[in-house]
Order: sequence, then C-alpha cells, then structure tokens
Amino acid sequence: MTTTKKPNHKPLSHLDWLESEAIYILREVAGQCSNPVLLFSGGKDSLCILRLAEKAFRPGKFPFPLMHIDTGHNYKEVIDFRDQRAAELGERLIVRSVEDSMKRGTVVLKSPDEPRNKHQSVTLLEAIEEFGFDCCIGGARRDEEKARAKERIMSFRDEFGQWDPKNQRPELWDLYNARSHKGENIRAFPISNWTEMDVWQYIEREKLELPSIYFAHQRDVVMRGGAIVPINVPLTNGEVINPPKTGEEVINMQVRFRTVGDITCTAPVISDADNVSKIVLETATTTITERGATRLDDQTSDASMEQRKKEGYF
Amino acid sequence: MNTQHNDSNQNDSLLRFMTCGSVDDGKSTLIGRLLFDTKTILADTLSQIERTSQKRGMEAVDLSLLTDGLQAEREQGITIDVAYRYFSTGTRKYIIADAPGHEQYTRNMVTAASTANLAIILIDARKGVLTQTRRHSYLAHLVGIPHIVVAVNKMDLINYDQAAYEKICADYLAFANEIGLAQSKIAAGNDISFIPMSALNGDMLVDRLDNMPWYTGQTMLEKLEAAPTAHSEHAEPFRFPVQFVCRPHASDDHDLHDFRGFMGRIESGEIAVGDAVTVLPNGYTSKVKAIQLGEEKLQSATTEQSITLLLEDEIDTSRGDMIVKSSDVKEPVKQIEAFVCWLSETPMSTARTYIVRHTTRESKAKIGTISYKVDVNTLEQQATSDLKMNDIARISFKLAQPLMVDSYADNRSTGAFIIIDESTNNTVGAGMII
Repeated sequence: MTTTKKPNHKPLSHLDWLESEAIYILREVAGQCSNPVLLFSGGKDSLCILRLAEKAFRPGKFPFPLMHIDTGHNYKEVIDFRDQRAAELGERLIVRSVEDSMKRGTVVLKSPDEPRNKHQSVTLLEAIEEFGFDCCIGGARRDEEKARAKERIMSFRDEFGQWDPKNQRPELWDLYNARSHKGENIRAFPISNWTEMDVWQYIEREKLELPSIYFAHQRDVVMRGGAIVPINVPLTNGEVINPPKTGEEVINMQVRFRTVGDITCTAPVISDADNVSKIVLETATTTITERGATRLDDQTSDASMEQRKKEGYF
Repeated sequence: MNTQHNDSNQNDSLLRFMTCGSVDDGKSTLIGRLLFDTKTILADTLSQIERTSQKRGMEAVDLSLLTDGLQAEREQGITIDVAYRYFSTGTRKYIIADAPGHEQYTRNMVTAASTANLAIILIDARKGVLTQTRRHSYLAHLVGIPHIVVAVNKMDLINYDQAAYEKICADYLAFANEIGLAQSKIAAGNDISFIPMSALNGDMLVDRLDNMPWYTGQTMLEKLEAAPTAHSEHAEPFRFPVQFVCRPHASDDHDLHDFRGFMGRIESGEIAVGDAVTVLPNGYTSKVKAIQLGEEKLQSATTEQSITLLLEDEIDTSRGDMIVKSSDVKEPVKQIEAFVCWLSETPMSTARTYIVRHTTRESKAKIGTISYKVDVNTLEQQATSDLKMNDIARISFKLAQPLMVDSYADNRSTGAFIIIDESTNNTVGAGMII
C-alpha cells in the first residue's frame, strides 16, 4: 500500500494535534464507559477541557455531567465563573463539598485552617460511589509534577480509589483501555501531553474566558515562609478567611494566580500580565515551574503528589 | 480559531520520539541535556536536583536526576516504566517517551516505541555495538519506527576519535544489513543515521562545540527539527474508525432532528466532501455530505484530525465500524496473524479466550498457532508453546467479529491491536498484524 505519493495536507500544528488527541480521548471515554463524569473546577485546565468537549460532542449534549469537588475554600471569582460557564453550556453541574464530608465525619481536619486540597479525595470517592461513576475525566498534565510523568491517559484506580504505580495498564498506540469492574474507576486525562504553555496558547487561540484572578490584579497579601499568601479572602458564603497572623505586614501587591485551588494552599505570583497574550509571554520566560511557584502543598516532600495520588487524589 | 490546519503555518509541528539505552549509556543525561539546553528546566526544578546531587555526594549537577520519577523507583534505584517528557523549540513541540533499556523491560520499550516516529539508539563509544544495541534496533524496527538515529555517545572518553566512531558506524550498518533492517528502512523511504556525541559535555546535541570539527553532519537537535512527523511522508488510504455516533434528536431544532454525525479521528489518509465511502464490515455505501471540526465546516480533512462526518444517506453505523473510501475497500477478516509482545506477568494461556481491541472495535479471540518466538538478543526463532512477559512471538488468532485490518508495515494504526484479559480487564498483549 505504500506509495511514493505525498499527502496533500501539511502535518497538523502542535496545538491542532494536541486538540485532536484530546477530542479523541474524550470520545473514547464516551464510547467505552457507561457513566463518566467530567471534573470541572473553573480552573484554566478544566476550561480547556470544556472547550474540547464542545468540539468533541456538539451539536449533541455532553455524554457526561460536570462535577466540582468544592473545598469550601475556593475563590469566589472562580466559583461564580464555574456556575456561569456551566449555565452557558446548558450542561448539568454537580457540586459535592468537602464541608459535607466534614459534617458526616468522613473528613477530619487536624486544625481548622488546614489546607483542604488533600481531603478532596474523600469527597470525590464518596461522590463516585453516590452516582456510580465509572470514569472521572480530569485536567491533570504530565508536565505538572514528576509523579505524573508516568501517568497513563486512562489511569486505573481500585475499589478504594487508590493509584498503584506498579499496577497500571500498558498504553500502546492510541488503543486506550478504559474497562473497569463495578466499584473500580478510571481517571481519564485528555490533556496529559499538554504543557502549561500549550494550555495558555490554546486559551489564546480559542479566545476562552477565564476567572479574573488569573489576570494581574491588586491584592492584600503577606509574605509567609517565602511565599506570597493572600489574606482576608471573601468566600461565596460571605465569610472571610485567612486573616494575617500577628506581626505580619500586609502588603498590597499586583499579583495573579497561575493555578487556582484551595485558598489556603494556592499562592499567587507577582505579575503585571493582565491579558492572555501577556500571560503567554510571561509563561515563556518564567524561571519557576507552575507548582513550584504556587502550590504550597506540594513542597512538603519530593514525593507528596505521588502519596496523595495513591490515596485517591486526581 | 486563527491557526487551524489549513493555514500556511508550516513552522509548527509535533514530533514524538523515544530514547533507547540504559543509564550507563548516558540516556538520562541525553534527555536531561535536551531539556536543559532548550531551557525547559526551570530554576526550582534545577535547585531540587542540585540538592539531591549534593545529598548523594556528587560534585556536578546530575542531569539524569531529572528523569527518574517515582518514589517506588527511587527506592529501588531503577526506572520501571515509560515516562513522558516535553520540550519545545518554538518551531516544534517534542514528546519524548523514555523507557528503560534492560532486557526484562522489552514490554516498556515496545510501549514507548508504539507512538514514536523516531528512535535515538545510544551506543557507548567505548563499548561499540552490543547485544542491547541489537535488541533496541530490532524492537524499534519491529514496532515500525521509521527514523533511527544512532547516537555514539561518550566521544569525550575516547578523545573524540574519528576512526573509532567510523568503525562503530560500519559495525552497526553491517549488523543492520544482517537483520534486514537497513534494506527495509531504505525500501520504505526511511533512514538510519549517525551522530558522534557527548551528552555529558553537550557536544553535537544542541550546540556543536569545538571538539569534533571532522563531523559536519547535523547535531541531534537539527536532526530532530528536520525529521518528518508521522503520516507526513506518504499518501495513505483513508481509514476512519467510528468512535461515537452523535444523534441530538433536538425536537425544538428542526435542523438537528435528523442530525447523525459519525465522530472519530482519521487514522490515515484524507477525505473530502463528495467522496464516496463504504462502511465496514456491513458494506453500506454513501457519500460524504459534510465534515465538521467543532463548529467549523471543512471541505476536506486529513490524518490525525478528530472530526465529525455526515453522510448523504441514512445508514446504520455504530462505534466500531470503519469508514473507508469506496475506491479503497478492504475485506474484513476473521483470522489474523501477528507479532505479539506479551505484557502481563500472567503468561498467555492458549486455552483461553481473550479480547482483541483493534481501532474502536472489540472482538473475542482464540489463539490459533504459535509459529515461533524471537530471542530479542540473538534474533533467533525458537519453537514455543507458551508466552511469558516480554516474549515476542508470531501467533495466529481466530476472531469472533470481522475486523478490517491493514498490515502493520502499511499502517501503524489499522495494523495494531491490544489484547485484553476479560477477567482482570488488564491489557496483556500488543499485536502487530503481518
């Protein structure tokens, strides 16, 4: 069948290739799983996935609902944006909250101000059981962290939601295996092969809207342990959290967030990038990794992400 | 939407490649240096590996630390799986599949090779062509990687000796001829090339440096930048496995009421509005009414694009069907012969029924005969009645469902399949159709 004739088309650009791969993965989930769900936080990666899902399934409805595991300590801007986006798309949004798990007694905090990110695992597993989901689509990327470099596109989790790095299915070609027995779960990562730069370039190309806190804004912060820590942050319920500690100097700074997550463990960076093209430029010239700069919870140990994943984290 | 495929933006593409070699050959250093010299490694990651290097009592920063990942592996001091790394040069994005090179990790190499379009095979200049070089070359060839770059590394340790380098190249070509690798590569328009290199110093990787003025060929990065991407070299027959059928039935929208979109990715070839198509295995025929990518309507589409096809006629088509051009129909078959790499710790059982997944279609499969297994070190064929992890054998299968297959040599998508064990749902084997 091999001929010397050349194809008429040029190869795809890197963004077109990544987009096409992600659409393919989303459609494989829809084709292979009986009850998948798309984890949607309102963050930039999951907003890309929503756009990809539109390209994958329109004019049909998404073959899965959206779900957010809310720590209760999310930025109001992000939560509002989450609700607005789900409404615009006309897709069903399920919200399950870590605070409900706390009320049930399944999440116990060591102290009231303990970061809640890692406790999302419990609430997620409870939601998976409640709805009987057999696959959760997430926005994790392999370039985010060492422990993710070997992560599969379709990652297998056992009945306890645990990720066993030694018990993962080999993935060859584009033949993904999303089969699972009852109680087991697949985590599907359509943008595994994207870098932070690819995400921003895609946001720019597709003209995606984002929560305002991704862009440079003035904010009251303190310097704590080498990181910029936002203080007096209002929540959706009107409560204000993260007061400065005694002796800390409150500074009003121009910052933006590179990742958004639980308020108590997501730090902003100093930036004057107030639009997407400036962020693309900033991303191209930064000297600090996304997580290194902004995630206070991953620095505890070299392997802390691996540990959390074993416990059922995304 | 300003950079779609049909722009004239030729200076942007994506290449997937793999590296074959062991830590001793400097494979991790090679990857580390590619990441480092293309400024992919950021300050905090660098300071992390600096700390680790110091902790281990090393004087210089060990770039190989960038690529060893999981706690479990670090404790054992080995890498046990395929890791994916990324870097970009501004004109190209690269995905590196990094697999350990030891014999017991044949399955990892095959996994890494399955998506690669180029393989870098590392040779230690002091040691020359070794058994593992043969193994890596055979596997890269078996899994159909079109472009092979033999990197003769550690040239600094042999005083950048040109004669020694040329002898290694000659030895390699002799061996490649012996196993038919060189001929088949050339016949298919593919290639084998050589680079003298020092990953540790950085000679001929991203920068040329001054140590080997006698070498005038491309540096490693130049080679990577110039390598053809998958599917860009030959016109191929159109293959479109249906992944998902979109039927919105929105009664309030008249236009959508009869919408029936066949969604999937073009595995090879090209398609245009008006082309006559046949749906296999049923053999229904129709014409392409429209091609959509998201909201966009396309006149034509090409390999690796995920699209939605709308046909003129209402025909019954579902996931697992294959749409081809009516001018290029291939009869579906219920018997296939393939090279299989066994991936599971549980050996293959000839008595059992397995599931074969080929494109988006699944079929139950029974093992027919095992012709022989291949010793990946000597390439000898040996009679066998069973298959253990990392074994490679030529096997025939009987299928419950007909599959439209191409030979793997012709088409790396429609010629490939995986074998699934239904009791565990694990992926236990990988097959390449002969």
